[in-house]
Formats: sequence, C-alpha cells, structure tokens
Amino acid sequence: MTKDIEIALREAAAALPAAATLDFGSLLAERAAAEGLLDVAYATVDSPLGPLVVAATPRGLVRLAYTESGGEEEVLEDLAGKLSPRILEDPERLDEVRRELDEYFDGRRDGFDLPIDWSLARGFIGKVLRQTADIPFGETSTYAEVARGAGSARAVRAAGNALGANPIPVVVPCHRVLRTGGALGGYTGGAERKEFLLRLEGVLA
Amino acid sequence: MKLPPFQVLLDEHSADLYRFCVATAGSGEADDCFQETWIAALRAYPKLRHADNLRAWLFRIAQNKAIDLHRSRGRRPVPVDAVPEQAGAAAVAPGLDGESRLWVAVRTLPPKQRTAVFCRAVLGMPYEELAALLESSEDAARRNVFQGLKTLREEWIA
Repeated sequence: MTKDIEIALREAAAALPAAATLDFGSLLAERAAAEGLLDVAYATVDSPLGPLVVAATPRGLVRLAYTESGGEEEVLEDLAGKLSPRILEDPERLDEVRRELDEYFDGRRDGFDLPIDWSLARGFIGKVLRQTADIPFGETSTYAEVARGAGSARAVRAAGNALGANPIPVVVPCHRVLRTGGALGGYTGGAERKEFLLRLEGVLA
Repeated sequence: MKLPPFQVLLDEHSADLYRFCVATAGSGEADDCFQETWIAALRAYPKLRHADNLRAWLFRIAQNKAIDLHRSRGRRPVPVDAVPEQAGAAAVAPGLDGESRLWVAVRTLPPKQRTAVFCRAVLGMPYEELAALLESSEDAARRNVFQGLKTLREEWIA
C-alpha cells in the first residue's frame, strides 16, 4: 500500500504557493519582449461600444476587435494562426492604444497617432484600407471613391468586402465609408456601432 | 496543426507548474525554475509540430530546468540557509515542518522519479501523458512512480 504517501503528497501540494509573484504575467511579457519572443501582445479595453480586444506586434497595432461574450478567445486563436502563437496578455504594452481610444470616445481626440502593423491587410484589402485611413475625422467617403483610390474603379463590391474585413476598425475608420447617395451601408461591428461612431464625429445628428 | 495562443497555456498550467517547481527544485530555486521554463517554452513554441501533450511538454522543460539549476547550484557557493534543502531527508533539521520535509525527501529521488511522483500523485496525470513527459514507455513511467513512492514511503515512515 502506498496510498498513505500519495495522500500526504496531495495535501502537501495543496499547501504550496501557486504563483511566483502576483504579477508574473507582466514580468514574463517584459522579459519575452526584451528577448524578442513576444510576437503579439494584447489587452481588453472597455469602450462605449462594448469590450474591445486590442493586439499589437513590435511593429504596431495589428488588430482591434469588437467582442461579445466569448469572442475574445476566437480573436486570439485567429491571431495565433495568422501571425504567431507567441501571444501574451500585456496591458502595459497597449497603454498608448488604450489612452488614445479613451480620448477618442470622450470626444477629445480626432485622429490616432498609433503605428499600424498592416500584416493582416494584404493586397487589395490593404490598398483599400490605407485609402480609408486617410479619410479625416468628421468626413465621409463612398465605396466607389475608395475603390477608385485603391486603383480599381470597378471593384466597388470588392472594396466593400475589404472594408468588412478591416482588422483594425475605429482606428482605420471604415465607418466613414458610406454608400453613394448617403445610405450607411454595412459595418463589421453592426450598423448600430457605425451610427454611433458617425454621431460621435458629428456626421450624423 | 493549430497551436493555441501561448497565454492559454500560461492560464491553464502556471499554478500547477509553479507548485511543481517548488516541490522539485526547492523554494529557493522555484522562481528561477518557473521563469526559465516559461521563457524556454515561449522560445521553442512556434517550432512545435503538433499541439498534443502540451502539458507534458511544459513539465518536461521544467524538469530539465530544475536539473540544470541543481547542477549550477552545486558549482557555486550556497547560502547558509539553503543547506538543509541540499542534504538528504535524514539530515533535515527537526525544526522544518512536515510538508517541507516531504518535499526534501522528494528532491532526493532521481529526477524521473521526482517528476513521476509529483505528476501522478498530485496532478493525477494519466500514464500515457506521463510516458510522453518522461520520453519513456508507459511501463517505465509506472515503474518510476512505483519506485519513487516506495522510497518516499520508507523515508516518510522512518
């Protein structure tokens, strides 16, 4: 019989401390970043549009996602597959992103000064989104104009799809692109969010 | 092949892994063992060919880090208050409480038995997974658990 010692081991293990330091996560992220091992850092940010997941690579902001309950996991798995599985939660590394988003939603900021990593927006999608990034606060454009600016005047539908695939909504302001004639058109986070943002920017009353 | 985001591993396994480091490397080396394990895992992670047995993979790294730390400690001056942990169970000062005495006894086992005893008795790890961790057959994993527990029991009762 060895049950006695197994019980003693289980009880002794339950009494052991379960963490090195309270803040081991940020310690690890810091060291990982210093050694070039942190490919994607992420954080969740509260906003008037619900919780957002924001993720950055060493090059810049790479993803911003609206998350309903449970959506965060899906976003991170997608990043693991498309960019790198070396993903750690590291709110400090996203402080500047959080600060600028807070200011924007408070009506105190009309542009973002964040470096962008365009890795998730290649090819035509990238062209369309770079066009979109140049539309100023309070202005709007149309799918047709954006398609023309991206070099394919006829690819209006493809431009719409590209905007729907925007990996960094809000910061890359795809909400400023409307249908010719003024109808709002679709939005990656739903029409209500598009309306909210356009109202925030004074485009809609 | 789909590897989960590394944060998932950290969330799922860090509590057990830290206890493993304290138990097998000693509380004086646990923080180093723990941190070095996670850094080494993060370094190697994208090169993994499959996402099977990630826990076994992590604990194997920790086992090897504990061995490395133990070796390097043997080569450098040891602070006085760490001496009892290095000695065998019989030499332990009576002032130590029962729990630390048990872990000191665990640390006198050969490394594979140490790992086997912890993972089986504390985590209830299936033998198939333990065999993957030890890079051995399931039979060998069973023998490591059995022999480790036997030795511990003899020392514990003594």
